[in-house]
Amino acid sequence: MTRKISYKTAINEALDQEMTRDPSVILLGEDIVGGAGAPGEADAWGGVLGVTKGLYAKHGDRLLDTPLSESAYVGAAIGAAACGMRPVAELMFIDFMGVCFDQIFNQAAKFRYMFGGKAKTPVVIRTMVGAGFRAAAQHSQMLTPIFTHIPGLKVICPSNAYDAKGLLIQSIRDDDPVIFCEHKNLYGSECAVPTESYTIPFGEANIVREGKDVTIVSYGLTVHRALDAAESLARKDRIEAEVIDLRTLSPIDWDTVMESVEKTGRLVVVDEAHPRCSLACDIAAYAAQHVFEALKAAPQMVTAPHTPTPFSPSLEDIYIPSADAIVAAVGKTIARVKAA
Amino acid sequence: MSDNPFPLSLEDLMRAYRTMRTIRDFEERLHIEFAKGDIPGFVHLYAGEEAVATGVQMHLTDIDRIASTHRGHGHCIAKGVDVHEMMAEIYGKATGSCRGKGGSMHIADLSKGMMGANGILGAGAPLICGAALASKFRGDRGVGITYFGDGAANQGTVLESMNLAAAWDLPVVFVVENNGYAESTSVEFATGVDSYVDRASGFGMPGVTVDGMDFFAVYEAAGEIIRRARDGGGPALLECSVARFYGHFEGDAQTYKAKGENEYNRENRDCLKSFRKRVCDAGLATDRDFDQIDLEVARLIDDAVASAKAAPLPKPSELLTDVYVSY
Amino acid sequence: MNPNIEAIVMPKWGLSMSEGKLTGWLKQVGAKVAMGDEILEVETDKIVNVLEASATGTLRRVVGEIGVIYPVKTLLGVVANDDVPDAEIDAFVANYATPVSDEGEGAVEAAPRYEFIETPYGRLRYAKRGEGDNAIILIHGFGGDLDNWLFNIETLAGAGTVYALDLPGHGQSDKRIAEPSIDWLASSVVAFMDAIGVKSAHLIGHSMGGAIAMRAALDQPSRVKSLTLIASAGLGQEINIDYLQGFAAAGSRKELKPLLEQLFNDPSLVNRQLLDDVLKYKRIDGVETALRGLADGLFHGGWQSAVFAEEVKASKIPALVIWGEADRIIPSAHAASLGPNAKSEVLADAGHMVQMEKANRVNELLLGQVKS
Repeated sequence: MTRKISYKTAINEALDQEMTRDPSVILLGEDIVGGAGAPGEADAWGGVLGVTKGLYAKHGDRLLDTPLSESAYVGAAIGAAACGMRPVAELMFIDFMGVCFDQIFNQAAKFRYMFGGKAKTPVVIRTMVGAGFRAAAQHSQMLTPIFTHIPGLKVICPSNAYDAKGLLIQSIRDDDPVIFCEHKNLYGSECAVPTESYTIPFGEANIVREGKDVTIVSYGLTVHRALDAAESLARKDRIEAEVIDLRTLSPIDWDTVMESVEKTGRLVVVDEAHPRCSLACDIAAYAAQHVFEALKAAPQMVTAPHTPTPFSPSLEDIYIPSADAIVAAVGKTIARVKAA
Repeated sequence: MSDNPFPLSLEDLMRAYRTMRTIRDFEERLHIEFAKGDIPGFVHLYAGEEAVATGVQMHLTDIDRIASTHRGHGHCIAKGVDVHEMMAEIYGKATGSCRGKGGSMHIADLSKGMMGANGILGAGAPLICGAALASKFRGDRGVGITYFGDGAANQGTVLESMNLAAAWDLPVVFVVENNGYAESTSVEFATGVDSYVDRASGFGMPGVTVDGMDFFAVYEAAGEIIRRARDGGGPALLECSVARFYGHFEGDAQTYKAKGENEYNRENRDCLKSFRKRVCDAGLATDRDFDQIDLEVARLIDDAVASAKAAPLPKPSELLTDVYVSY
Repeated sequence: MNPNIEAIVMPKWGLSMSEGKLTGWLKQVGAKVAMGDEILEVETDKIVNVLEASATGTLRRVVGEIGVIYPVKTLLGVVANDDVPDAEIDAFVANYATPVSDEGEGAVEAAPRYEFIETPYGRLRYAKRGEGDNAIILIHGFGGDLDNWLFNIETLAGAGTVYALDLPGHGQSDKRIAEPSIDWLASSVVAFMDAIGVKSAHLIGHSMGGAIAMRAALDQPSRVKSLTLIASAGLGQEINIDYLQGFAAAGSRKELKPLLEQLFNDPSLVNRQLLDDVLKYKRIDGVETALRGLADGLFHGGWQSAVFAEEVKASKIPALVIWGEADRIIPSAHAASLGPNAKSEVLADAGHMVQMEKANRVNELLLGQVKS
């Protein structure tokens, strides 16, 4: 059956169901149980934002709290994956990747290739991404482009609870290393989610709104901004925007994006990451290279600026791509047509 | 036949010698072949340190796992990785252990518990914690060994992993192969401790230092530590003082070493010479027995080199395969 | 308010519709319309459907704009006789307020769209509409769910209590199918009737659901008042096995779309939402196993293994057969299988999902059957 649950609950449910289904699934991370070795209650936290709360009661020692040693435990998750387990490591914030990056991009990502196809590393690294939490420069980054750049990694970023559950189950069952990016400002968002386990295949973008005039491509939180922009465009300007949620950033569903661009002739890419060498650049460049003839206007990018994430709410609010900025970018693609 | 004063059967003694001899010949032959220019990239030779890989891994089976270093040929051979495939890999051939995609620094054979040589210093330590964790969950009594040099001993990954292994009580043995040089930098310069074994107590685990040029010293110390880990006693540190007979990599002029250092070590600290002498002196075998093994190993290496040279290169299409299981 | 002024509003079809997109006017302002004339096209989150005029008169105003999504009951146009003054029409339009819903917002929230019930065949989902002793049970086909009756259930609710269930392995019911046979599925329907306390009912089955209805009627004749078989399995051997196996195997929109298009006479009816809903169902653990099991178990070797036409003919159960002429899954020739004693109608310009594509005519036929 289906009922409404939050993004956070959907992730918890996916972990719970996969741990129940497959004894090789283990969870490790800082405070994912909470209170390990402390005099108070066991299962004190369930993760810093409570995503894994309650799983310890069901699965016990298959959840491992770790010392504050990202290199060691993320590496251990990768090593265990190469030895037949299906570990899900939680790295609290993607900003902390810096301290364990070698294990991800030199070890997990490369085993299969370096070892001539004779290894598989079914590890999932769950991590929080994104701004809007008033958490400043070291707890707010998107950083997804750093990971999509690396062959051997899969990079996922769901925008809603339904996708979060299906994509996380797919990530756990997948035989390649997956960086699973959870937008911290979506944890409370709810939608209809089946109680049963299900998977969403990687490399399948979701057209969340159909339209004929302009294609808006995004992922994560900014999908919702893009939808807001599309509603405004429809209401005020009678422009029907097609909004595509990439869902999986590597692999990426080029076909769906390019078919849409060929249909609409206009492309706006919205990426909460910084602009240089981002998904936004990637998609704009791909469109210019592959469907140039179909373009009626230059592709537009709406991204965070090339600055660290600021702390003060007044600054952070203008840092994150807004619906207004997306509308303005669409305006640039349509204005060209009118001027022609 | 005399009584056997060693903790190994004669068969195991000869097996240990054959392993060490195979490593030595493999490396010395690479030293020669590399200079000819047929081997791509660069290689780091293990010659001189054979007693460590062999003395430790004589205690292991395929269920046990090792994480190796950039100087990994010896660990591979001692773990039973196919010598022909290793040589072909170093030549970048399609028949190599990694089908020509890894090279010297990435030889692996997971089916043998060899989790890979590693081009990143200290990177094997977290990985072996994961291997040990997997063994712990499965209850298969497998043990993980991670090797690192005196240079990588200062990497955060190694130190974090020692702490993690202690916190999770993992069956991991941390083996420092202290050959005195991190590339060209002396261990005297790079650390404040007199011996890395001093660090073990800082992580709440036992530590032992042995002469890594003495097979029997390594074998006995490793045996006790590995047994303890296998029985659930947790991690330990084994520091082996060794000498590498060649430079950091092939082509290294080694001007940082003292004059005559390599010659002295070859003359007085060669693990093969001392092993052979002790076994012969005990009356368990003769020089003829050892010469026979030497001859067989020489043929094996000759054949490995010849077949590696003759082997096909990877097809261009191989460039794009094996990135993902599915994508 | 002038009783001679008839509002044309965004319809509420079925269980979950809260809004719809006006995709086309089939009549122009000033045109004469008769009750039942097709007046406009609406795209729902399932497929496009046609709204029929509910009054006779002249289409005096067109308020709804093409391409715009409107909440249900939003005023789209006005039909009135020519003698109603323009001023009154304008006043009607100006003063029209879209009702929130029949029962009010709170009531809608409180009344569940679906219910679940435990049976020996697992937990089954169903929708219930209408009231009264005259029970009507809607049984969907292979890979379908109760939403296949989107355009029928509300109309049928006028004739009694309508139940549409998700069969085991389907929709939001439990996904386990212990035995992939019509017998087992028919038993599950009878168990469902037991669970909801329905002694006897009119069974309306679509496709595989038709075969299930026949089997249930033959096994438990006292519990079945009538049979309505829509594009039904079990009336002949031929079936499009490529469709069934393809449907069971399809894992992406690209694979699924051409398959679903085979279900309709007009393939453009298959929109993204319909595809996504089917994909969401198909991606649930156990569904593929259930569907493959059914495809192999019921249609082994590419032929229907359970054909009940002769048994039904020999029984006294009143039967109605409805088919779409352009059915590409089960040939419409099977519509004649029950012989001259059963009423049979083959509708032009309709495919396998005839109850969706020709909902208005199918509803008339269904009402005739369940009221009689």
